[in-house]
Amino acid sequence: MAAGVATWLPFARAAAVGWLPLAQQPLPPAPEVKASRGDEVLVVNVSGRRFETWKNTLDRYPDTLLGSSEKEFFYDAESGEYFFDRDPDMFRHVLNFYRTGRLHCPRQECIQAFDEELAFYGLVPELVGDCCLEEYRDRKKENAERLAEDEEAEQAGEGPALPAGSSLRQRLWRAFENPHTSTAALVFYYVTGFFIAVSVIANVVETIPCRGTPRWPSKEQSCGDRFPTAFFCMDTACVLIFTGEYLLRLFAAPSRCRFLRSVMSLIDVVAILPYYIGLFVPKNDDVSGAFVTLRVFRVFRIFKFSRHSQGLRILGYTLKSCASELGFLLFSLTMAIIIFATVMFYAEKGTSKTNFTSIPAAFWYTIVTMTTLGYGDMVPSTIAGKIFGSICSLSGVLVIALPVPVIVSNFSRIYHQNQRADKRRAQQKVRLARIRLAKSGTTNAFLQYKQNGGLEDSGSGDGQMLCVRSRSAFEQQHHHLLHCLEKTTCHEFTDELTFSEALGAVSLGGRTSRSTSVSSQPMGPGSLFSSCCSRRVNRRAIRLANSTASVSRGSMQELDTLAGLRRSPAPQTRSSLNAKPHDSLDLNCDSRDFVAAIISIPTPPANTPDESQPSSPSGGGGSGGTPNTTLRNSSLGTPCLLPETVKISSL
Amino acid sequence: MQRTKEAVKASDGNLLGDPGRIPLSKRESIKWQRPRFTRQALMRCCLIKWILSSAAPQGSDSSDSELELSTVRHQPEGLDQLQAQTKFTKKELQSLYRGFKNECPTGLVDEDTFKLIYSQFFPQGDATTYAHFLFNAFDADGNGAIHFEDFVVGLSILLRGTVHEKLKWAFNLYDINKDGCITKEEMLAIMKSIYDMMGRHTYPILREDAPLEHVERFFQKMDRNQDGVVTIDEFLETCQKDENIMNSMQLFENVI
Repeated sequence: MAAGVATWLPFARAAAVGWLPLAQQPLPPAPEVKASRGDEVLVVNVSGRRFETWKNTLDRYPDTLLGSSEKEFFYDAESGEYFFDRDPDMFRHVLNFYRTGRLHCPRQECIQAFDEELAFYGLVPELVGDCCLEEYRDRKKENAERLAEDEEAEQAGEGPALPAGSSLRQRLWRAFENPHTSTAALVFYYVTGFFIAVSVIANVVETIPCRGTPRWPSKEQSCGDRFPTAFFCMDTACVLIFTGEYLLRLFAAPSRCRFLRSVMSLIDVVAILPYYIGLFVPKNDDVSGAFVTLRVFRVFRIFKFSRHSQGLRILGYTLKSCASELGFLLFSLTMAIIIFATVMFYAEKGTSKTNFTSIPAAFWYTIVTMTTLGYGDMVPSTIAGKIFGSICSLSGVLVIALPVPVIVSNFSRIYHQNQRADKRRAQQKVRLARIRLAKSGTTNAFLQYKQNGGLEDSGSGDGQMLCVRSRSAFEQQHHHLLHCLEKTTCHEFTDELTFSEALGAVSLGGRTSRSTSVSSQPMGPGSLFSSCCSRRVNRRAIRLANSTASVSRGSMQELDTLAGLRRSPAPQTRSSLNAKPHDSLDLNCDSRDFVAAIISIPTPPANTPDESQPSSPSGGGGSGGTPNTTLRNSSLGTPCLLPETVKISSL
Repeated sequence: MQRTKEAVKASDGNLLGDPGRIPLSKRESIKWQRPRFTRQALMRCCLIKWILSSAAPQGSDSSDSELELSTVRHQPEGLDQLQAQTKFTKKELQSLYRGFKNECPTGLVDEDTFKLIYSQFFPQGDATTYAHFLFNAFDADGNGAIHFEDFVVGLSILLRGTVHEKLKWAFNLYDINKDGCITKEEMLAIMKSIYDMMGRHTYPILREDAPLEHVERFFQKMDRNQDGVVTIDEFLETCQKDENIMNSMQLFENVI
């Protein structure tokens, strides 16, 4: 029921008194009205800005948040208000909808933000009033188009990110489409450009007349006729290169059928075909005329420059997108040409010695006049002819001028799209680096928190309590979540620098250990140091990590982290960890079952007498290890989701 | 004279309703009823046609379908009903709903949205696979969306439930195909997703077979009859005997 009609409901019900004398049955009793609730004033606090309205104003729309019992979830009993942590400027429009029944679109706000507020309060965007609906839809469509263009640009940007293991065909196609990705592609790009220029220039120079030879001084010859062998060799070289390029592209194309049908492919074919046809056509007088005509197509080679010029490609896109406008231009010109040609013919028909011999003959005059060229080979003589000629000239200006701005605006739009895509592609590296930095920020915060001793089990110290208190509750709970994940997997989060150091340490440890993998690969350590970030290094590190030494070192690291004894503010080096005495190891094992439970997980069965003593006490505590981690695993993510979900806005 | 009288009688009977002329009156009534029936039938037919013609364009109208799509919105049950279904107080439910509503204005969470939210807590790793398993554990009716009732009922078990209820929930999380037992493949998938959340930069360096070793240790402990699967009874019995697990049950009871 519309809001405007709700006001008349008491009137309609009161007017029903007129039915009483006519009623054939007794009328039903009236529903109980809670008068106090109907007259209640509600206070809605939106981020500190208070809005007040009648309760029955909100009750008009029971399907929405404010009109249903859903709003009770936001009721604050202490202040007696409904508190929403949302945008107060947008809420004004929402509340006006409850008052008037019409939803208005704020002009200065982002349309996406407006949609989000509507979704929150449960309003349907179709409720926007007629006065704002068109603008709302236009802005929404424009926004969607921009997002779609950005998505396409991102997908295009993903092209250079092909993995190194891609096939030869894929790499070849990438080199052809993006010459700047490699040096060889760039060289090939410039070489083909050079030969296109050579080919076009040769075609032009071939027609320049040369000075006469001593034998026939009076006769003039073109350069092509005088030096046929040189021009033929040059043409052969260019065509061979073009043919090779075409075949390579055909081989590398992801979809060969689509490649064959593309415009650039047709241009390539037309550019190289006259040469091959010329090879097989015999040089006799019957076909020389056709052959000479066919050689005209060599000029199409200049279109091969389209691949090397972005502006030309933009022009092509513009013409493609303006096909309907160009069609309209052609159609209107054709109509005007036919009309004026007919008029001119009949106007000049009575004149003797006139050039307007027929309507098709008058087409030439009309075209020349409408395009304001005016060669003067056909001139009207009569007064009527001159009048209609003037009208033809003026209307030509209009017919051509009207569609042209549409074409220009399309070109401008596509040009700016390309510019924005280029800018976005250039900024992609910076953007990805910034995202990576933001991601590592969370990990770094956690690592910093750990270094400050915030994760220690005993929090009784005053200094530690002060340190803990300075953190927000969200941060504390998030760090606890990450700490739980560390305990579940028996691995710690580190930053990239420490990770690289760990790789080096593993290689050093591998060298000192007695495992055969190092002896079988004498060059291993050198290659590890030379290329630290390659995948092969990771694979070797993983194999080296299987050795006993690295595992036991991990155990000691865990002990140090858990016990927290003798820990200095500065992180200890690996050598001091190796130098840790065994007595403290035993002491730590005896002190806590929890510690023993953690020790037992990574430690394999003892192989040496040095390891036998710490493993035997852990055997007793080992029964609790796996279920404990399993339990923590089970309860790890789910309940911790809760406070982060509540406070997600602050993240 | 007789003919005239008969005519007069006939006319009199028609006008006055002579009881002696009952057959005639019957005939008259029959004649009157037929046009009424025809007229009513015609009206009904027109009405039906009008209804059909007015209904047909609505079915094909695209704006109506768009309206229907955009109005997909879930409103939660009242505070009192939710309080009865869960062990939360009114204030706790309000706090929970405020966070839920801000992330999911339509009142429903689909799996992609859930993955996005959950992944924000583990930016250094990949939490999407674990979020997938978690989503299925919360999605009780399996319709591909979590609404607020599913959310608070699940949380009520995890935060305020008994030990038995919590362990059953954990078992349900591990049991990917919900067939009542956990296989090594299922546990390996769960374990891999948890290790994925660690990311690349860990100490010690994460080995590719670490999840598998973890699964083997889990089965050594849980699989008492060594049949290759863990049943709910084995799981509950072993967990309840483990002191560390029982002591850690209260770790997350103060999250709200």
